[in-house]
Amino acid sequence: MALNSKLAKENNVQVREMIEQKQKSRSFLTIFEKIIPILLFLFATLSIITTIGIIYTLLIETIHFFSAVPIWDFFSGTNLKPLSQNPEFGVLPLLNGTIISSLIAMLVAGPIGLMAAIYLSEYASDKVRRILKPLLEVLAGIPTIVYGFFAFTFVTPVIRSIWPDVAATNILSPGIVMGVMIIPMIASLSEDAMNAVPNSIREGALAMGATKLESTFKIVIPAALSGIISSFVLGISRAIGETMIVTIASGSSKNFTFDITQSMQTMTAYIVEVAGGEAPAGSTIYYSLYAVAMTLFVFTLIMNLLARYISRKFREEY
Amino acid sequence: MKYVDAEQVKKRMNGRIIKNTIFKSSFLIATLFGLVVLTILIYRVFADGISWINWDFISGKLSTDANRAGIMGAILGTFWVMAVVAPVTMIIGIGTAIYLELYAKKGRLQAFIQTNIANLAGVPSIVYGILGLTIFVRAMDFGNIVLAGGFTLSLLVLPIVIVAAQEAIRSVPSHLSEASYGMGATKWQTIKNIILPAALPGILTGAILALSRAIGETAPLTVIGIPALLIPFPGGIWDKFTALPMQIYYWTLDSSLVEEYANLAAATIVVLLLLLFLLNSAAIIIRNKFQHRF
Repeated sequence: MALNSKLAKENNVQVREMIEQKQKSRSFLTIFEKIIPILLFLFATLSIITTIGIIYTLLIETIHFFSAVPIWDFFSGTNLKPLSQNPEFGVLPLLNGTIISSLIAMLVAGPIGLMAAIYLSEYASDKVRRILKPLLEVLAGIPTIVYGFFAFTFVTPVIRSIWPDVAATNILSPGIVMGVMIIPMIASLSEDAMNAVPNSIREGALAMGATKLESTFKIVIPAALSGIISSFVLGISRAIGETMIVTIASGSSKNFTFDITQSMQTMTAYIVEVAGGEAPAGSTIYYSLYAVAMTLFVFTLIMNLLARYISRKFREEY
Repeated sequence: MKYVDAEQVKKRMNGRIIKNTIFKSSFLIATLFGLVVLTILIYRVFADGISWINWDFISGKLSTDANRAGIMGAILGTFWVMAVVAPVTMIIGIGTAIYLELYAKKGRLQAFIQTNIANLAGVPSIVYGILGLTIFVRAMDFGNIVLAGGFTLSLLVLPIVIVAAQEAIRSVPSHLSEASYGMGATKWQTIKNIILPAALPGILTGAILALSRAIGETAPLTVIGIPALLIPFPGGIWDKFTALPMQIYYWTLDSSLVEEYANLAAATIVVLLLLLFLLNSAAIIIRNKFQHRF
């Protein structure tokens, strides 16, 4: 008994010491534990700072631009002559080039991407899908500059050998190549949407005697429509923002034309041309860079928000 | 009254089956279309470029003479840019992901940051170039050096790293961290010793993919203003630089003047694609080898 209490007393002292020691190091730990989340929060704010940085720089310089060029002239002008004696800054030629190249790209990527998605999600066996899908995704991993090279040195000459009217730099070839680049994006997003359709309703259709094609078009696609449409919208947004392919293969003609055999400049290509031309800071040309970039930014932002809105709002829940 | 006319069904059956088969093959053709283009593209690039690749081309300096031109400067430039992008995106990306997944209270602020990251991922790369030009090159007065290019590309690929790291952290099962708490570990100790090691393969895979995206990016660099002139090899992050995609860009543009430049561009593309292939293989190996299944 005496021994026990003695032991307990000794132990007690030891434990107390240990607790005290522990508490001392704890106080350091608690400070540490409080600093860490603050530090991590600062990292997380960087993404917000980036957004603010983008909007702020674009907005400030765009306002400068519109003090030199009336806003209405910018958005309704069909003449873009930044380097002439009487410079004109109409953005319509660039908008036109951007929209036409994106349209061509979507004419390629839309149907082919959707058909590939249908094959991968409805027809392909697991084994085939596991081979084809990563291969298709290699296309998405190739740098755009490589596509630009391909459009300029291969696709354009091929088109010109079939259709001699096409100019050496034209909007058709980069449009098509851009479409190829976007195929995996549309295929993979649409496939995800179609995979999310539960098998039970697909099998219901098949049990009623429908062919795979009928179940695909009458059951699966309507059910996955919101995801498919949003993948198309994202594809358009990607095409609008694409830079190197059009810069290399479509040249820098600022004519307002609808002739796809000719060179057209997109907003992105204009930015590359002006920024690479060492425009002196403070000149109207320099500010026009920001006005065009702002237009581009707003366009793609609207597209991205729209895509998210569509896929969220019109999703069929099962 | 018959609801189903057997005769009608029989008559239409063949047509429906044929239609199904025809569509099936057209869907397959559409799937293969992309792969065919990919094959042509890679074949063309190799056919044009492979014979131009030799040690002198890899180790040589830039030159206007196509037969003497080399890409060592561009390789070193790309290397130094990566030396900036990799640590910056890893630290900030993982930090942001830990905050969003493990510290942030589910609420407005967290949702706002999350939406913001999703939107940043959709901003065209050239807009980041303008941000880099305005902030890093002009306002901070770096000039067009490696650091400015590296920071710009870091901002561009940061959303990729954040999203990958978030997914990796989310996939760590909660019983691991709860066991750690049960042993008396603090939150940060748990994160450092349990969650991060378990999530590391996923995080690394995402970081490598982001890095390979940054290596191929051209548009932001064209805006920042990478000189086409002959510059000395970059020896650090404060030097002016050129990069592999920029070299491809200039040679492709000038290939209408000097025909051999197209071959130089193709040869440079081969080098770039090999580099990307190595990076992606590393990512796949890491994913397959170290990925724990809980």
